[in-house]
Amino acid sequence: MFDLIGIPPQALFGQLLLGLINGAFYAMLSLGLAVIFGLLNVINFTHGAQYMLGAFGAWALLSYAGLGYWWALIVTPFAVGAVGMVLERLFLRRLYNIDHLYGLLLTFGIATILEGVFRQRFGSSGLPYPIPDSLSGGHNLGFMFLPNYRAWVVVASLGVCLGTWFLIERTRLGSYLRAATENPKLVQAFGINVPRMILLTYGFGVGLAGLAGVMAAPIYQVSPLMGSNLIVVVFAVVVIGGMGSILGSILTGFGLGIVEGFTKVFYPEASNTVIFVIMAIVLLIKPAGLFGQTR
Amino acid sequence: MNAKTLKLLAVAALGFGLTFAPQAARAQISGNVVKLGVLTDQSGLYADNTGPGSVRAAKMAVDDFGGRVLGKPIEVLSADHQNQADVGAGIARRWIDEEGVDTIVDVPTSSVALAVQGITREKNRVFLMSGPATSDLTGKACSPLGIHWTYDTYALAHGTGGALVKQGGDTWFFLTADYAFGLALERDTAEAVKAAGGKVLGAVRHPLNTSDFSSFLLQAQASKAKVIGLANAGGDSINSIKQAAEFGIVAGGQKLAGLLVQLSDVHAVGLKTAQGLTVTSAYYWDMNDGTRAFAKRFMAFPESKGIPPSFVHAGVYTEVMHYLKAIQAAGTDEATAVVKKMREIPINDFMVKNGSIRIDGRVMRDMYLLQVKSPDESKYPFDYFKILATIPRDEAFRPMKDGGCPLVK
Amino acid sequence: MKRLALAAALAVALVAPFAAYPVFVMTALCFAIFACAFNLLVGYVGLLSFGHAAYFGFASYVTAYALKQWGVTPEVGIVLGTGAGTLLGLVFGALAIRRQGIYFAMITLALSQMLYFYALQVKWTGGEDGIQAVPRGALFGVLDLGSDLTMYYVVLAIFLFCLAVVYRAIHSPFGQVLKAIRENEPRAVSLGYDVDRYKLLAFVLSAALAGLGGSTKALVTHIASLTDIQWQMSGEVVLMTLVGGLGTVAGPVAGAFVIVTMQNYLATLGEWVMVIQGAIFVVVVLAFRRGIAGEIIAVWKLRRARRIELEAEEAILPPVPPR
Repeated sequence: MFDLIGIPPQALFGQLLLGLINGAFYAMLSLGLAVIFGLLNVINFTHGAQYMLGAFGAWALLSYAGLGYWWALIVTPFAVGAVGMVLERLFLRRLYNIDHLYGLLLTFGIATILEGVFRQRFGSSGLPYPIPDSLSGGHNLGFMFLPNYRAWVVVASLGVCLGTWFLIERTRLGSYLRAATENPKLVQAFGINVPRMILLTYGFGVGLAGLAGVMAAPIYQVSPLMGSNLIVVVFAVVVIGGMGSILGSILTGFGLGIVEGFTKVFYPEASNTVIFVIMAIVLLIKPAGLFGQTR
Repeated sequence: MNAKTLKLLAVAALGFGLTFAPQAARAQISGNVVKLGVLTDQSGLYADNTGPGSVRAAKMAVDDFGGRVLGKPIEVLSADHQNQADVGAGIARRWIDEEGVDTIVDVPTSSVALAVQGITREKNRVFLMSGPATSDLTGKACSPLGIHWTYDTYALAHGTGGALVKQGGDTWFFLTADYAFGLALERDTAEAVKAAGGKVLGAVRHPLNTSDFSSFLLQAQASKAKVIGLANAGGDSINSIKQAAEFGIVAGGQKLAGLLVQLSDVHAVGLKTAQGLTVTSAYYWDMNDGTRAFAKRFMAFPESKGIPPSFVHAGVYTEVMHYLKAIQAAGTDEATAVVKKMREIPINDFMVKNGSIRIDGRVMRDMYLLQVKSPDESKYPFDYFKILATIPRDEAFRPMKDGGCPLVK
Repeated sequence: MKRLALAAALAVALVAPFAAYPVFVMTALCFAIFACAFNLLVGYVGLLSFGHAAYFGFASYVTAYALKQWGVTPEVGIVLGTGAGTLLGLVFGALAIRRQGIYFAMITLALSQMLYFYALQVKWTGGEDGIQAVPRGALFGVLDLGSDLTMYYVVLAIFLFCLAVVYRAIHSPFGQVLKAIRENEPRAVSLGYDVDRYKLLAFVLSAALAGLGGSTKALVTHIASLTDIQWQMSGEVVLMTLVGGLGTVAGPVAGAFVIVTMQNYLATLGEWVMVIQGAIFVVVVLAFRRGIAGEIIAVWKLRRARRIELEAEEAILPPVPPR
């Protein structure tokens, strides 16, 4: 087939697809972070570790209960979300009245504990998790080979992201959430249980991270380090997209994944740093982020 | 002469006699204990091929030797260097300065081994290397007290690389772990390929302990090279091989060359995916009665996780044995004297007959070309490899003059 | 009271290399310098930088390279390393100052991660291998630093210099303005202070001192590696400062020693050290935000207040007449 700017189509489309998949994870994770930050004004540093918990949850379900991928996809996010809610109730709640940076530090400490425990138990290299049989194999599209599972990841994450956006921006529940973000006391005066809403929102955001973890398990391997490798990139995505903006996180997440894929084709050495370079540029031009409003 | 003078003469004679008495009568062990420090990767991507298994192999050797040498006890310490040079260097330094460790053993991960070699050279301690691969350890980074025991990147490169080029794989693309080991392996294999008449089309470097190789494999696929050389090891190799299968790379006609693939890696990947892979090794558990006996004993310990020993594990066992024999013969645990004896005594164990140690620290042993069996060919547990050929030691390892080791005149 | 404590500390510092493994104490001192530098920014200006390892690690790389490849003397190496850290602080600081609070923390983290990937890939840092076998050389061309004992006293001198700089910076008009900015930034702006310039200056000073710590550490351990530039190292310095006590001079030093000692003596526990560090983080954030030094100072102040109160009571109330 044709060669685009001297690059064979196999390489170009293959890397773009992989970039899109990376972007799917960036979007799902930064979405969860944005939701949590929007309502709690807390940067959930534990997000990476909760993503890791999701992957380990899927692995454990398979190894100890013999329950496969589809079970994990449903059960694990709820389990991880529940763990998150316990965290919020026991620890985070105490810190809302003081400087929000302490929330960041607390979640950092919890992330360290979680990673340390799993590293002690499972070592620091990965555990294998098989691709579900129904999604294995792939199709040769002529200009590239498309593994089925990776196509599924893109479609599913798009669905999750758009579903969450719809939930928050277009439903009544979402409107309560947005109102509580702006003026919690007033919303509470209307009879809405704001603390419970915060609890559930945190659980939801964490559940999203867990879901991302389950989806990552077959391709990225289940490793205690998987969260810490990803979390800083997700932070950069959130900064670029604009904190608290749901649409911003989704678009930026996918967009950055594609940019990363592109960079791998033309200038592979820079692929790790391109996201941070973009972040620096955005900060210089529009400090609030592409879709953000200054708070 | 009177009694006093006689007594004086007697004492003088005794003194002279004792001074020039044979070494064995003056057995000197520093600190009254021989301490071996097994520094290895206990929890990371190389833990199954080295790690707790190496510690156990060292302990087995000490026990088989009798637990004591020259009347003094032998102690085995162990630590996890986490594949980081600064951690490994710090532990090695502290062991030597504070704990009186006499020898450092194993040290997989070439970057850590290079750092430790610098320290043992400076502080005059023996370094028994079973784990690391880079041929630089007997090349420009050689040490008079460093013994490169089991294998090196040159042997792997010329063994596997040479064999594959002969089979028709004359264009190569490398997937390389981006640190001392991977880069040395890529360099040595590229030289071997070119020497055999092949061409290197390119290379892509990946960080150590990568879990997703898809973008690197795509680049390898795009190069259209006949052979994709995996210049990595342990968990990295396992993931590369599995994901290459996922992306239909082998089905598409390209061959994978697992430049450092061991039994536990094949076990993790599975015979179905790994079959046909050609590897170079110093040891296979099913080679002879001696290796089978050692494997059986090793597998009885929990550290083995029920898997036969790797060549690193076997290497640790045999090198510790040889080291202890040398201390016995030398009458002291002082590093230079012991290494001298290690060179004088030929190495005879279940891994090699009449092995020797060169001035640059390289142990000369025959290497073996192995191929992974297909699931049908495998008749019993861990019957994974068939032996294709023996590579004589003089062919397997780099000629001394080419290494650039300052000790070689 | 304070003078007595200082004299005792100095005495201990002078005999330390004879009682403990010198390399261990020197490493702790380097981290103490790092923590003091970090504390300058977070404790006195109120800016939480989550990417301070960038200056620490980059400086250590520059010093290691200069000593190994160019063969310069150690003091030149340290100056080069510290200078590199300062320049980096200027560049990153200028970018990061644009936002505050949590955004500031995240930006510093992301910038330092960018530097980590640079260090990973570029040739001169040695990537995963790092720069090994860094020679210590001879200080000013005369004093051979090969001996751990000699090196120790040089490191101690550098540490004391650092403490002096921090102390001087805090107890100066510059330090007062920083405090004002931390307490009420809009007010400081309305009073006519160019707040951004002050913040940047404090940032650069903090980066410079962190660089000094990194440069010295490269000499002490003979190695510069990726560990010193990873974001987990940034997290560790936050932990040290928090445990020791934000906004106190002695706090970060105490915190650094506690954490380094713990890592050293609990090394056999493997990854449990990481868990313990995380747990300490959580406990300190929830219950002991003042840190070790902060708690000690608070207790001391409480006792002094009680004593003054008792004395005042005795002065006011007439003595009970005997019956």
